[in-house]
Amino acid sequence: MSRSDWEVVIGLEVHAQLNTASKIFSGASTAFGAAPNVQASAVDIALPGVLPVLNRGAVERAIRFGLAIGATVAPKSVFARKNYFYPDLPKGYQISQFELPVVQGGTITTRVGEGLSGENRAYEKTVQLTRAHLEEDAGKSLHEDFHGMSGIDLNRAGTPLLEIVSEPDMRSSAEAVAYARTLHALVRWIDICDGNMQEGSFRCDANVSVRRPGAPLGTRREIKNLNSFRFLQQAIDFEVQWQIATIEDGGKIQQATVLFDPDTGETRMMRSKEDAHDYRYFPDPDLLPLVIAPEWKARVQSEMPELPGAMKARFIEQWGLSAYDATTLTASKEIATFYQATVDAAGVPLAKPCANWVMGDVAARVNKAEMDISSSPVSPAQLAVLVTRITDGTISNNIGKKVFEALWNGEGGKDINAADAIIEAQGLRQTNDAGAIEAIIDEVLAANQKSVDEFRAGKDKAFNALVGQVMKASKGKANPAQVNELLKRKLEG
Amino acid sequence: MINASLTELRAALDAKRVSSVELATLFLDRIERHNPALNAFITVDRDGALAAARAADARIAAGTAAPLTGIPLAHKDVFCTEGVLTTCGSKMLSNFVSPYDAHVVALLKAAGAVSLGKTNMDEFAMGSSNENSHFGPVKNPWDTTRVPGGSSGGSAAAVAARLAPIATGTDTGGSVRQPAALTGVTGIKPTYGVVSRYGMIAYASSLDQGGAFGASAADCAVLLSAMAGFDQRDSTSLERPAEDYTRELAAPAAGDKPLTGLRIGLPREFFAEGMADDVRAALDTALDAYRQLGASTVEVSLPNAKLAIPAYYVIAPAEASSNLSRFDGVRYGHRAAEYRDLAEMYAKSRAEGFGAEVKRRILVGTYVLSHGYYDAYYLQAQKLRRLIAQDFQAAFAQCDVIAGPTSPTTAWAIGEKADDPVQMYLSDIYTIAVNLAGLPALSHPCGFGAGNLPVGLQLIGDYFAEARLLATAHQYQQATEWHLRRPG
Repeated sequence: MSRSDWEVVIGLEVHAQLNTASKIFSGASTAFGAAPNVQASAVDIALPGVLPVLNRGAVERAIRFGLAIGATVAPKSVFARKNYFYPDLPKGYQISQFELPVVQGGTITTRVGEGLSGENRAYEKTVQLTRAHLEEDAGKSLHEDFHGMSGIDLNRAGTPLLEIVSEPDMRSSAEAVAYARTLHALVRWIDICDGNMQEGSFRCDANVSVRRPGAPLGTRREIKNLNSFRFLQQAIDFEVQWQIATIEDGGKIQQATVLFDPDTGETRMMRSKEDAHDYRYFPDPDLLPLVIAPEWKARVQSEMPELPGAMKARFIEQWGLSAYDATTLTASKEIATFYQATVDAAGVPLAKPCANWVMGDVAARVNKAEMDISSSPVSPAQLAVLVTRITDGTISNNIGKKVFEALWNGEGGKDINAADAIIEAQGLRQTNDAGAIEAIIDEVLAANQKSVDEFRAGKDKAFNALVGQVMKASKGKANPAQVNELLKRKLEG
Repeated sequence: MINASLTELRAALDAKRVSSVELATLFLDRIERHNPALNAFITVDRDGALAAARAADARIAAGTAAPLTGIPLAHKDVFCTEGVLTTCGSKMLSNFVSPYDAHVVALLKAAGAVSLGKTNMDEFAMGSSNENSHFGPVKNPWDTTRVPGGSSGGSAAAVAARLAPIATGTDTGGSVRQPAALTGVTGIKPTYGVVSRYGMIAYASSLDQGGAFGASAADCAVLLSAMAGFDQRDSTSLERPAEDYTRELAAPAAGDKPLTGLRIGLPREFFAEGMADDVRAALDTALDAYRQLGASTVEVSLPNAKLAIPAYYVIAPAEASSNLSRFDGVRYGHRAAEYRDLAEMYAKSRAEGFGAEVKRRILVGTYVLSHGYYDAYYLQAQKLRRLIAQDFQAAFAQCDVIAGPTSPTTAWAIGEKADDPVQMYLSDIYTIAVNLAGLPALSHPCGFGAGNLPVGLQLIGDYFAEARLLATAHQYQQATEWHLRRPG
């Protein structure tokens, strides 16, 4: 039996750390990387008698998320205690939301398989969300360097998390990764999470099962704590193969929680359903129900930035970009902001060449330098002038690349019109003077009789070689379209 | 000075007839002399008290004294006190020195009150007799073979024996009112949310409420005024303007009928079977006195009150089982000396650190919250809670305050109910419904039963009726002398 006889069913639970300055129930700082326990207040270490006080900023971020995914922002939600013992869980319970979460429903639409073709060509996928709820993070147990004992660092304890739970709507690891990437971009876009996966600010748990098409849902296993998209893909792929092999070998899948080992690329069992905790959830009597008044929601709504979905639709419908371009340019808020600013300066008629430049030379340079596009030394306004000069024929596209390099290296300074300054200083203006171009062509033809003979013998390639020679002789400044036309006329004439 | 009211102490301090240091020394010496017999204090903080008294004297000299500046008091050991042992009556916290002050402690410190020390209590405030303390039972000053009630038994006994003029307590199911009744002092539990729970070690968060003990309603009013008020660190603290609970104490112009127009509701269910004869007799006499003062009485009904105990013994243990999870031996408190692994460290530390009643309630609470039982127990209990609260609202449509017994009996012998938890639980039958509804209530002395043991009368008010309750009890105390009696 082959892989294609099975349907894969995946649901994701993502823990997004909210970027509040202080913790969800205490005033301690949430900054990453401090010495152990220096950011653990009396509330965070659960001294006798201390009480939680909800951080409004965390709630506001949850509202923003709910509005961004078209979910119901619950007018009333309830914090509950999830009870279990662990040394890095100081109270012996985690404050979370259970029966009444703050965000209910919503959808995320993503493109899967972008850049592929044929049967695997890109398609749009909409994933339903079950809920998103607020909760506090636990601390960390440190098992090294304590002379046989374990250390506890409670700096992370009480850090606000939004746990975002999807329906089991994804049918491949590619869909899961596309969803996770879109979600990751969204939480950064609406500025509720820094998205730093190395620091654990965005962690995925994947619920994976397989079934025969049309059959009821299979038994799922949950892969915990995947902190990169690559691991997410690898872990799901391994898990799917393992589940199929297990069933085809006559085995049964037992509900379990598993861990992914990036070194071996395999998942291994952490605990079975039998070992599952009874968390004894009940409403936390230390916290009142969370009431979100319509006015609060309306204010957050009024402060929302344009969302990637809306921006993408605008790029396609109003600016005439392809779905691929629009998707790429809205992949992150930084790229979208840069692109929008470029078009704002260059004008909407230049939206397409601006897109090519942002996705092409700018992206390549930024990636090579491993920097964020928002710190690009070439500003959107400078880029807009450059694109304008290419489009209006002042310089050729190839010279444009040269000017871009110069801009990137700081030539021309910060001035918006730096591109013009470079063009003038280096004499890069395109030559549109037919007489001058013809003179160059005559020189080139005279010096390259061999190529002329080859062209006349039917070798089309020779034509390109001659164009190249003419461009070279003009130091790239000859208008390439004109060169083509004039050269053709001369050779045929 | 030992028996002086707060008004008298205030006047003496302000007139420099006595200094705060002298007053503190007087009570500290009394504690030294009498505490061995009563066991009302777990910790006596002589140095801290004298330092606070010196500061209070300076403040009085500077003319900036507040009503409690220089007045000695005792804190129930459930309140965290910075730099002072805070045990909650448990072996689990027998080594815990709090690094911070509870909100109540901080308020009273700021008011210039002088804390003499920390009073004994049932472990984690679970109990009705003070026999559940790791530090041994508290003895009733009226008869040291008897219990003082609980869980704030140490505070009640300390005030009754005049080891402190006033004391703080907490009341989750009657833990201020019942020991007040059994030791012949006045004790008030305000509306839930009036006193901040920050730094008050939690037993059952939705029921716990700080309260005040004094020899009289007037003394309680002064103490409560200084303890109460909004605290942003407690999300269940009520955001209301601060109140002066003494404001209604001054007698109205009705002469010898100051309570004219007051309708006292008498719940039929409270005056049915179960109340001891001597308690009933004292209560009847007290109600006559109230009528003499101009009040009228009307029968009311609290049909669901009988369900208060079962509801309470689901909700309180459920919350407690979770609240007490933090006592795991990891960060502070008792940790077993030897263990093989993490699970054993937890098990042994908690098995050794908690007493029998605490373990019983953790087990009950864990059970009622378990998967498959939650709906049948916890949710049902929450429904009962709403019904009980509705009963009170219906009753308050007919009356201004509700009166009845605080405890079905006077103080019983130490050990008498120690092996029968259900009998022990039933001793809170009149007080528990008030906590479930979140209402204010007080207990004041109203006579003596067999063996010269004090009887308490409970007054229950509608939400935020503290000032009225205190004024009502105050009028009674102006006309009677029960609250002036002292154990021999």
